[in-house]
Amino acid sequence: MPARTGGRGLLRYLPVVPAVLLLVVFLAGPVLWAFHASFTNAGLTGRNARSPEWIGLENYLRLLVDPVFPLSLGLTVLFVLGSAVLGQNLLGLALAVLMRRARRAVSAVVGTTVVAAWVLPEIVAAFAAYAYFSRDGTLNQLLGGLGLDQPDWLYSWPMAAVVLANIWRGTAFSMLVYRAALNDMPTEVAEAAQMDGAVGWQRLAFITLPMIRGSVATNLMLITLQTLAVFTLIWVMTAGGPANASTTLPVLAYQEAFKFGDIGYGTAVASVLILLGGVFGAVYIRLLREAKR
Amino acid sequence: MTAPAKASRAAPPGATSGRTRARYRSSTPADGSLLLLGACFLLPLLWLVLASLDTGAGHETRVPAQASLENFAAITTPGLLLKPLWNSLVLSSGTAAVTLVAAVLAAYPLSRYRSRFNTPFMYAVLFGTCLPITAIMVPVYGLFVQLELLDSMPATILFMATTALPMAIWMTRNFMDAVPVSLEEAAWVDGASRMTALRTIVLPLMRQGLGVVFIFVFIQAWGNFFVPFVLLLSEANQPAAVSIFSFFGQHGAVAYGQLAAFSILYSLPVLALYVIVARGAGSSFALSGAVRG
Repeated sequence: MPARTGGRGLLRYLPVVPAVLLLVVFLAGPVLWAFHASFTNAGLTGRNARSPEWIGLENYLRLLVDPVFPLSLGLTVLFVLGSAVLGQNLLGLALAVLMRRARRAVSAVVGTTVVAAWVLPEIVAAFAAYAYFSRDGTLNQLLGGLGLDQPDWLYSWPMAAVVLANIWRGTAFSMLVYRAALNDMPTEVAEAAQMDGAVGWQRLAFITLPMIRGSVATNLMLITLQTLAVFTLIWVMTAGGPANASTTLPVLAYQEAFKFGDIGYGTAVASVLILLGGVFGAVYIRLLREAKR
Repeated sequence: MTAPAKASRAAPPGATSGRTRARYRSSTPADGSLLLLGACFLLPLLWLVLASLDTGAGHETRVPAQASLENFAAITTPGLLLKPLWNSLVLSSGTAAVTLVAAVLAAYPLSRYRSRFNTPFMYAVLFGTCLPITAIMVPVYGLFVQLELLDSMPATILFMATTALPMAIWMTRNFMDAVPVSLEEAAWVDGASRMTALRTIVLPLMRQGLGVVFIFVFIQAWGNFFVPFVLLLSEANQPAAVSIFSFFGQHGAVAYGQLAAFSILYSLPVLALYVIVARGAGSSFALSGAVRG
């Protein structure tokens, strides 16, 4: 490369080109193509696959009329709120706080277990969760042992099953974020508060949480984005069923495009999901920039 | 969490003698609640291990009447296990290698030159990490059909590398920023070009960080189910994540013991790699490279 110290011009940015090419071809391209295809009647096979026609807003109007779409949107919100914002976030914080008080060996063993569920390949985690929640699975064994009702979770309570499974699968991320945040906190502050007579929950609510609020915001954004995109776990456990009772947006987009062969309508669903992700992403980046100032 | 923590007596002598920093509480209640939570996380994993040793395994968790390695023997055939694992290896190491090369090249100018392009570029890249990949799969399928790239291993590698690239660029730049420029300057004086200095001075100094990025991308690619599920159609190309699903998920009668055995063999490499990263560099170190700006 000819650029020396202080070398000017765009030439010195040449090494960025491979990365930019990849991002444009395989990331920006498909996103733009999705917005375009969502205005056509593109199909998976047949005449509509070869020469899709421009049909304007028809796919989006269909979204409004189709009873499955509002249901799916609601289920996605429920899935994200239940498993990420409440489940993973609060449980991750609780684990991180408890780990600071527990004996080192105990917190090491429990930490490893929680992380193991997160490091496993998603398909393996999904199979394990499927077995756990099936009619004669481990959960019902436990409930039976306690003399309680044993419903068929995947059939009668599919959303509860996938929400709990996703909490099990993803809590490790929040736990690691909060452990790092708590470790960065100066211990003098907590000690001073304790001398002033603040009890455990008061220290957490009035001292710890305000001090790590940056990590809380970052964590919430990232787990929301991750959870928004969850497909495999739901696909293996319930395949969106029974009767669309657990069809979140990624599952709906997949079904419309590949099962029913309607690429146009499927990409309209996908476009909504991309836009949702884009909004959360923009908010996240804003938060980061403000934190930097 | 309101676990039935037994606060029966004060902490045993020696355990919390103020030896470690910030242990300002007897830890017995914390230990109790933490162990209870850990048990909840362990249960689904326990099924996996027990079922793999049980030739008559079903959904329920039980200690096998006679533990045997028969399940492992049954699946260790070239077609069922070895070929898919080999495909996974090709796919994941290819993805990690392409990602790392593109990320290092892109990170160098972003780390070393001051320009008003840098900040917007980095935020655009960060925005890329926020897009839900599952939503992009429908349009990517369309793109691959048009370019006749379906079922092509190299094209799938390039796409998976692209999805990993934003996070990888972000992490690599953070690691590169930590290498002082003054070390390179000496090499420039000796007449080395920018790229030579990058190869001989900067990269060796950040090899630990590069290892972390490589392993992170590798683990993600190894565990990825959805992307190869959509893009790789022929059995000869499918990685273990997809073959395990098509073999066990779509056949009516499922041999759960063999499924569990396959899952374990398929998971071991990423568990081992994660331990290496966590031991060597510290997971919070890697995480801070990723999460923080």
